[in-house]
Amino acid sequence: MIRTTPFYERLSELNATGLWGHWSGYLSALRYDMSAKHEYFAVRNSAGFFDTSPLYKYWIRGKDAERFLAGVMTRDIRLCRPGRAQYTLWCDDRGFVLEDGVVFRHSDTEFFMTTAEPNLGYFRDLVGRLDVQIDDVTADYGVLAVQGPRSREILHRLAPEVEKLRFFELTPAKIAGSSVTVSRTGYTGDLGFEIFTGADDALGVLDALIEAGAGHGLRPFGEDALLMCRIEAGLVLINVEFQSSRLAFTDHDRVTPKELGFGWMLRGIEADDRPFIGRRAIRRELADGTSRWSSVGLLVDWQDYDRLYRAAGLVPPKDETPLGYESMLYDDDGNRVGYATSLMYSPALQRHIAMARVQPRLAAPGSRVNVELTINHHYETVAADVARLPLFNPTRKTA
Amino acid sequence: MANDTKTYDAIVVGGGHNGLINGAYLAKAGLKTLIIERRGFVGGAAITEELVPGFHFTTFSYALSLLRPDIIHELELVKHGFMPILMPSSFAPMENGDYLLLGPDRDENIKEILRHSPHDADAMDRYEHDVERVCQLVKPLLDKAPPNLFGKSPEDLADLAELASHLGGAEPKVLHDTVRMLTGSAADFLDDYFESDILKGYLASSGIIGTKVGPMSQGSGLVLLYHSMGEHDGHFGAWAFHKGGNGGFTQVVARAAQAFGAEIMLEAPVDTVLTRDGKAVGVALADGTEIAADVVVSALDPRRTFTQLVEPRELPGDLVESIDRMRFQGTSAKVNFALDGLPRYPALGDRSDQYRGFVNIGPSMEYLERAFDDAKYGWYSQRPYLDCAIQSVVDPDMAPPGKHVMSCFVQYAPYHLKGSDWDTERERFADTVQATLESFFPGFGDLVLHREIVTPLDIERVVGLSEGNIFAGEFFAPQMYFFRPAPGWSQYRTPIEGYYQCGSGTHPGGCVMGGPAKLASQQILRDRSATG
Ligand SMILES: Cc1cc2nc3c(=O)[nH]c(=O)nc-3n(C[C@H](O)[C@H](O)[C@H](O)COP(=O)(O)OP(=O)(O)OC[C@H]3O[C@@H](n4cnc5c(N)ncnc54)[C@H](O)[C@@H]3O)c2cc1C
Repeated sequence: MIRTTPFYERLSELNATGLWGHWSGYLSALRYDMSAKHEYFAVRNSAGFFDTSPLYKYWIRGKDAERFLAGVMTRDIRLCRPGRAQYTLWCDDRGFVLEDGVVFRHSDTEFFMTTAEPNLGYFRDLVGRLDVQIDDVTADYGVLAVQGPRSREILHRLAPEVEKLRFFELTPAKIAGSSVTVSRTGYTGDLGFEIFTGADDALGVLDALIEAGAGHGLRPFGEDALLMCRIEAGLVLINVEFQSSRLAFTDHDRVTPKELGFGWMLRGIEADDRPFIGRRAIRRELADGTSRWSSVGLLVDWQDYDRLYRAAGLVPPKDETPLGYESMLYDDDGNRVGYATSLMYSPALQRHIAMARVQPRLAAPGSRVNVELTINHHYETVAADVARLPLFNPTRKTA
Repeated sequence: MANDTKTYDAIVVGGGHNGLINGAYLAKAGLKTLIIERRGFVGGAAITEELVPGFHFTTFSYALSLLRPDIIHELELVKHGFMPILMPSSFAPMENGDYLLLGPDRDENIKEILRHSPHDADAMDRYEHDVERVCQLVKPLLDKAPPNLFGKSPEDLADLAELASHLGGAEPKVLHDTVRMLTGSAADFLDDYFESDILKGYLASSGIIGTKVGPMSQGSGLVLLYHSMGEHDGHFGAWAFHKGGNGGFTQVVARAAQAFGAEIMLEAPVDTVLTRDGKAVGVALADGTEIAADVVVSALDPRRTFTQLVEPRELPGDLVESIDRMRFQGTSAKVNFALDGLPRYPALGDRSDQYRGFVNIGPSMEYLERAFDDAKYGWYSQRPYLDCAIQSVVDPDMAPPGKHVMSCFVQYAPYHLKGSDWDTERERFADTVQATLESFFPGFGDLVLHREIVTPLDIERVVGLSEGNIFAGEFFAPQMYFFRPAPGWSQYRTPIEGYYQCGSGTHPGGCVMGGPAKLASQQILRDRSATG
């Protein structure tokens, strides 16, 4: 039987479309409104809330919790002070990415973690003799992402603590009489927060939020709008930008952190004394320069795009729904040089954009590639410029 | 007489969106450019004003559709805050209390239309498809200067041949539909597809905006087509609210122009364009200051461009006569409201999602035509056509939480009133508008915190648009394309060397589209490179 999240009772009243997807065994709204783009604009222009409860959630606690995470996670958790969160990856011993997630450090010894896929067994198997308890608390919490330029103003009315909360910080707070954790995190690339509430308190917290947002353009948004936002924000998605190396059949379907665009996470890794999983392979990759790919953004040449469609007698489609397949990339001589993993029309940037993987020689912003499209049932290519991710990056996100 | 020591390559007179866009292109091309605006802020007919604390009014224009997409990218507007917000619905109340509510979902719209007419349910797709085909054909003409019909140079002949081959390549049905739209009435065109009054009233409304025609008048088809040509986010005929209203948009353009190096001078009415030996050499401001420039561009309407900024006596007689004949005859007005809450539409109970886009008070073609009847005889409509937009519903920055601003475009309000004048009639006129709203939204009056009345005379006095014509010259076939603003002068030049025109009175025409500005800048730059 499909499960429902602690917010479902209210969200089902708000969902005017009857459209629900299945996400990790839970019902998850694809959109609440007939127009996902309308929800998208709430996030970009006022505020929206998204039920992100289906994520797997773990408490990782104990005297050795930090040491445990330092040994498993690619990014050094020791640099994450209590009261801060850290986006991180974990790799296998060949230096290929297994998964990504966010660690919220509540204290020296208490870490809360969200992941897209189940990891309890894998994590527990790695504990060994360390003093660490790992508990799956997925069903115990509801998580609400409140995102958009007005999110701070709205949340401030419920939890004044958010006023000073900086990017990737977290704080305990009380909303509607319930103890919650609020973090300045999200998956939209905008100013935004996430509220972690006990499952039993979830509806009260949501109702308080809806009330606080009245008149501020706050509205629920579903997965469709979230995907538009995350592509503009250059945020990777498992099973789209990458697969777990553990479940891949060939190395074509594996990527390293560097190849996935996380070279910045590896800065200082030579001097890093942590014995974390995959370090030797990653160091070797960096030293030998053997990365096969660079992850980049693409800005599609709007003129070329329009010209191709017009020449074919068509009105150039500008659809913000991401393409459901990978588009191949070519150089001017027709050689394959990479592939776009997520391609869409960006309403904020007013052009087609993509997250893509290209050969490292083409990684410099401004490099030109040609993106494959099908027009009138023919393959055509449209010019695009390589650009640094994220393609949409408003100052309010971190300000 | 004071003399400004600075000299410029180009001076643009008028800081409306066309002046700003023209100045931005010239500056981008490396010209030292000055944009001179009479008022204390730029934007012209595209401004947003905080008339009551917290309430931001789009005094004149209020929505965006026709803006040429290339301008967004060439002037890097996204970088400067360009943000057109989707309007996901259109709401058309009916006099019997029913309504037509169209949204973003095709199938739901079909069911909604079916409620009014089973016959029309499948007509909508055909109608939209046929109009799109016409738009496809006409669109390239919007993005090029019209050929000079009267020129005999090889370039002129080549331009004409290109036009002929473009039109000649069209499918017969598409070309025929185009001619029917360009010359016929909106009513005739819509009658071919639809029977439902509410649907036809809703669609025909786009055929009368800004123009002294009823939906049954020949010529309303052209206006209908013009308003379908916008390509917002790739959808012909789609409209958006810019963040912060259309004034938010012109602020974006002003930032872009300045980023390219253009200077903007405010509160500086230009009195005359200075000429020497038939060549423009600069401008004189009302306070006597003279500023020199090689190129002067007027972003004002044709009447001001040719008969006020320069001496008509220095121009060819034919041109002066054409401009004198050009029809302005504004017929539009606005009444904008600050509201204490959202109006209630009885049939929809407490729903409010109907207010995310336009609210169209024009429930049938007959309603619109009767509204026009009043105007024919020199009076404002007693049951006016209203195009309303409660922008604060999708852009909460426009009003305090829970409160709203409502832009309300009104027709018909003829510039020349018979037996009275606008300063006498303004309150009574606004009362008529409010009474019309009250009849559809009982209790509307109780919500009104403030109202801003904008008569055609105000449009003329405040923005400078002659006779309050919102497009700087009526959209009539004899005033379009080759003939806009006058035969032989459709390519942005004037008889005075170095003096150009780039306002809405030039091709393609009015609306917040920037087309005239961009095409004029291309002409100016071409001429400069030709003369070295
Ligand atoms: C009430 C109303 C509603 C409208 N609604 C819409 C809409 O919703 N969507 C849409 O697309 N279009 C709409 N339009 C049309 C559109 O706004 C205009 O076509 C367009 O804004 C005109 O731009 P412009 O730059 O050509 O001229 P203007 O905007 O008229 O700019 C001319 C500028 O020149 C300045 N000026 C005048 N004389 C002098 C002088 N002597 N010296 C210096 N400066 C001077 C004026 O102050 C003004 O700023 C509307 C127009 C009106 C009036």
